[in-house]
Parts: sequence; structure tokens; C-alpha cells
Amino acid sequence: MSRFVERHPAWALIVIIAIAVALWLIFAVWPPGLEEAVGRKRVFLNAVFNGITLGGLYFLVASGFTLIFGLMRNVNLAHGSLYLFGGYVGYAISTATGSWVLSFIVAFILTALVGVLLQVIVFRRMEGQDLRQTMVTIGLSIVFADLMLWACGGDFYQVQTPNWLIGPVELPLITAIKSSGEPVYLRYPMVRLVIFAASVIIGVAMWLALNRTRIGMIIRAGVDDRDILAATGVRIQLVFVLVFAFGAGLAGIAGVVGGTFQSLSPGEDIRFLLASLVVVIVGGMGSIPGAALGALIIGLAEQLGSVYIPTYAIVVTFLIMVLVLAIRPQGLLARR
Amino acid sequence: MSLAHDARVTASPATMAQRAARTWPEINNPAAWVVAVILVIMPLIASGFFLIEIFASTLILGTMALSLMFLAGYGGMVSLMQLTIAGFSAYMVAVFGISGNANISLGWPWWLAVPMALALATAFGTLGGALAVRTEGIYTIMITLAIGAAFYYFTNQNWAIFNGHTGINTVATPRFWGVNWRADIPFYYIVLAVAALCYFAVQYLSRAPFGLALQGVRDNPRRMAALGFNVNAHRIAAYAFASFVAALAGVLQVWNYRQISPGSVSVGACIDVLIIAVVGGITRPIGPFIGALIFVLLRTFALDFLVRLGLDGNRFRLLIGLGFLAIVFWSSDGVIGLWQRWRQSQKRDANRSGGGHRHG
Repeated sequence: MSRFVERHPAWALIVIIAIAVALWLIFAVWPPGLEEAVGRKRVFLNAVFNGITLGGLYFLVASGFTLIFGLMRNVNLAHGSLYLFGGYVGYAISTATGSWVLSFIVAFILTALVGVLLQVIVFRRMEGQDLRQTMVTIGLSIVFADLMLWACGGDFYQVQTPNWLIGPVELPLITAIKSSGEPVYLRYPMVRLVIFAASVIIGVAMWLALNRTRIGMIIRAGVDDRDILAATGVRIQLVFVLVFAFGAGLAGIAGVVGGTFQSLSPGEDIRFLLASLVVVIVGGMGSIPGAALGALIIGLAEQLGSVYIPTYAIVVTFLIMVLVLAIRPQGLLARR
Repeated sequence: MSLAHDARVTASPATMAQRAARTWPEINNPAAWVVAVILVIMPLIASGFFLIEIFASTLILGTMALSLMFLAGYGGMVSLMQLTIAGFSAYMVAVFGISGNANISLGWPWWLAVPMALALATAFGTLGGALAVRTEGIYTIMITLAIGAAFYYFTNQNWAIFNGHTGINTVATPRFWGVNWRADIPFYYIVLAVAALCYFAVQYLSRAPFGLALQGVRDNPRRMAALGFNVNAHRIAAYAFASFVAALAGVLQVWNYRQISPGSVSVGACIDVLIIAVVGGITRPIGPFIGALIFVLLRTFALDFLVRLGLDGNRFRLLIGLGFLAIVFWSSDGVIGLWQRWRQSQKRDANRSGGGHRHG
């Protein structure tokens, strides 16, 4: 962090000012002039919270994608299919047993199993041929999409939110002051906050596991140079399978989360594949903190964009990607 | 390392010989002449349905896939936005020309609207290419896919120009010299002429200095840069040319269906173009047309075929996906590669039995 400030003082200043402005916008009571210019603070705060929680969901999808890419140089374009598969599994389990937590566990295990099968049957056979692997994942995503359409039909499904998470909570953020002088606090759906907290915990745990444990050390070494790692006696194929399973499992969890937040239908797989592509392009391929930053930026841009410039929301996301590619083609937090 | 790379090794001896001779490879190939004659007299053989739904569609899709084949085969850049460029050009024809949505279309005559659409689509593709060449290999796939998807969602959301998810309908088609050029037979000849033009242009470029430099860039960008070639300029120029080819196909596409909607530029359709090019074979310009023929035949007849086998007719995409997987698994050069391998094994047998020597 301090190195970044030393090397790019101007950028650091801009970032600090932007963060300060954002904090002020979130915590301060807006003066009437500002409310007239941009609208009510409640709308803004809701958009920000929706953006951050959506960013959490994007992070769950994209972190598995970027982890798999970072280690195996395999752009898994079937990642969106794994997301949708996890969502359908979660829906089936939660309607069958009524347990929301159980649906996460089963979705994780089943998508992880699919991931293991993919790695063992398909990707191991064409190691190092990254373009061919990408083509295969495209073919797989078509096959999976059609199989899931066959099995689940074209309907919309929504995973039932458990009772203990239904309803809003009041946050200590003032949206407005009533004429009586009484402050109005922001009310926000509990389930979204819980899910966001969970994705933060998963993100931090992943970071810790990668940076503080032995298996994390092996994975980082594999990212840097997998041939030398294999030469030191590490069973690299086992590591590949584990990482692929974990990344796929994360996509499955994200599917259940997405099914609770939003809904599951054919086409969501491509939407989330695109989202994770943009997130990792912005954040930097193969970097977990990059995925977190990218997910936050894209989530916020999407939600704020859809509130303030509804027709061009998707263009904002795209422009961010173009801007990042123009300034830092390797992504914001990639090392390369 | 890559599909294009692997395939180059197998294809190079033949192409090298042709390059030395500096002639069109088709001239001495009897099969090419037979195909050309069949294509020209097709309206005598085929009915209107076959002529337009099968052969014109094949040629249009093939031309789109040809632009991808040019980028991927000679430039080593797999771009998934070729359909997006074609769709953009189709939208521009509808927006500048005459259509049923009078509030959007500007009502220009076709001879103004089409060059405008071609110019804008080429500019769009070149800009996208300039963005994509900042990265390499698999990153290119991802960025062009993201561009294609962004365009799809944008057309869905934008009502001022692209008319949202309903798209633009009843687009006018050209009539001049007393001919309705959208009638089956004239339209078929337009499509055939454009496809042939693009085919020979790609064939020519692949042997022109620019194409050779591009292939050098594909094989070893660093060495080419050391030799004084501007690597990125070559790549962007390749994108510009491929965009023009795709834009031509887009104009034909909108004239064919007389309407354009976001469904025609969806992500799935973008991927279909890649499938067509890869299934056909990505090393030679004829590949995309073969792939397109297979694709169109499957799309048209898979339903009847599957129903006859007692299966669900809606599983057409499953069939396409499995076929694509099989091709990617077993042949690095699509159907052409399989055909070549089969021919070589035949030749080996013939040689063993004494005598047959290679020609063509």
C-alpha cells in the first residue's frame, strides 16, 4: 500500500479523495440542494448496498473462476453452467428438505464433484493446450445448458429464503431527517447482508488459506511455476483436482446465493459467466484480491448505473472494462 | 500450443508449394471447379426453400465464420465478436435505411445506408480489435466475448436506436433495374457473389505480403517485432479487414430475414459462429463454409431427425454441442482435418500397393 502511494502519488490522492467523497455520501445527512440534484439519499444508499451485496455474489462466482485460471491457465467458460447447476441443486434440496443451509452444502459437494470429473476426464488430457481447453469448455457449456433446460425446463425458480432471515433490519445510517427532527434510518433486507457477510468471510478465509497454510503455499508456487513445483515432488495433479473442485464448488454455492437473491432460469449461466469474465478482467486474472475489487466495482457500477442512468447501465460496466484495459491491460491487481 | 498452431504444422507443406507457385490453389483443383459450377447453377436444381434457407443461409453464416477464420487461422486471434460486428452492421442498415419502425429508421436509400453501415461496423470492429490486441491468446476470447455480450445487453436496453428487445422489423430490401433483389434467385446470386468475393479476398490476402506478415506475427510476434514489423498494427489491420467481411455478411443477413433483434446478436449466436469455424476447420477459407453447411443442415433437419429416432426434437443444441466437443477432441482442424487425415491414409495405402503419386 505505501509503495503504491510512493510510486503513484497523484493516483493515490485521487483514490483517497474518491473514498472520502463516497464515505461522506454514505454517512452524512444530505443537504437539500444535493437531494434536489440527484434524488433521495434512500435511493442512493439502497443502490450502494445492492451494489455491494451483488459484488459479494460476483466475488463468489469470479473467485473460483480466477483461482482455476491462476493455477491451471484454464479459462473455464463452463463456469456459468456450474453456477446454474449449483442453483438448481440448491433449489431442489431446499424445496425437498426445507433446509436452506443444507442446500448450500449439497450444492457445493455436487458441483465440486462435477468439477473433479471435468478435471480428471477432460482437462488432464489436454494440459497446456489452453485454446483447445477453452473450446472444450465452450462445448461443455452448450451441452450443460441444454441438459439443464431439458431437466428443469425454462421456468424461473427462486430458492426460498428461510424464515429467520426474512424481513429488513434497521441500519445505523441516516437517510433523512423528518420535519419533526427525528432521523429516519435505512432499512435493508437481512438475507442480503448475511450473504454478503458470508462472502466476505469466504474471501478472507481463502486469502488466509492461500497465504498462511501449506496447501496455499503449494498453490501459489504452482501459479508461479508448476513445472518446478512438480519437480520438487508435489503431486501436482492432486492439487489441480482439489483446486478445480473447490473453484467449482464456490460456483455452486454462488448459484444457491443467486437463486435466493434473484432467480434461476436458462440464460443466467451466460449472464454470470459474463459477469465473472468482466470482474476478472478488471481485477486481474488469477488474483483473489483482484476478484474482490473487480466484483465490488462491477456490482456498484451495475446497481448505481441502473438507478441513475437506466438505459446505459450495461455500458457503464463495459466502459470500466475498456478503461482498465486501456490503462492497465493486465487488470488492476494482477502482478505480472 | 493452440488450435491454429497445431493445424499449421499439418497444412504447411501444401500451402508452401502453392505459395511458391503464386497461383490460385483452386485453378488446378477439379473439385473446386465442380463445386463452383454447382453453386452457380444451383437455382436450376434447388427449390426456393433450399436455395434460401439452406444455401443462402450457409453462405451468409459461412462468410461470418470466414472473418473469424481469417483472424484465428492467420492471425492467431480467436475473436468471438464477429457476429456482433455483423449484427451491428445489420442494425445500421435497418437504422439508416427504410424499415417498419419509422420513428427510428432514417429512410436513406439502400445505396447510402449500406456503405454507411459497412463503414460504421468496420470502425466498430476495428476499435474492438484495437482493444483486444492489448491482450493475447485466451484473453482475446474473453474480451471479445465480453464485447459481444455487452452489445447484446445494450441492444436489449436501448430503445432510442436499437428499439429494445423487439428490434427493428420489415426492413426494406433493395429494388433497382426493375429487379426485386430479395426475390429468391437474385438474392441467392447476391449472396453467392459476396461470399465468393470474401473467400477469394481472404485467399488472396493469405498469400499477399500483409497476410504472410500476419502469419509471422501469429507464429512469433517477438521475432516479427525485432524484424521491424509493427505487430499491433498488423493485428488491428487484420481486425479491420475481418470486420469488413463480417459487416458484409451482416447486411446480407438483415436483407435475408428483413428484421434484426437482440436475439440475433445473443451470446449463444456469437458462440455459434466460433463453432461453425472450428467444426469446419480453421486453417483454410473453405472450412467455415463447410462448417456452416453442417450447422445449417443440422439446424434445419435435426428436429425431424431426432423425432424420427424417437427422441425429443428440441435437443438440437445438445447435438450441436456434442458434435462440437467431438470435433475439438479428435481433430485439431475440424472436418477438413479429418478429411485430410483420411486422404493421407488412403494415399499411404495406394503408395504401398505401388504407384499413385500426389497431385494438386
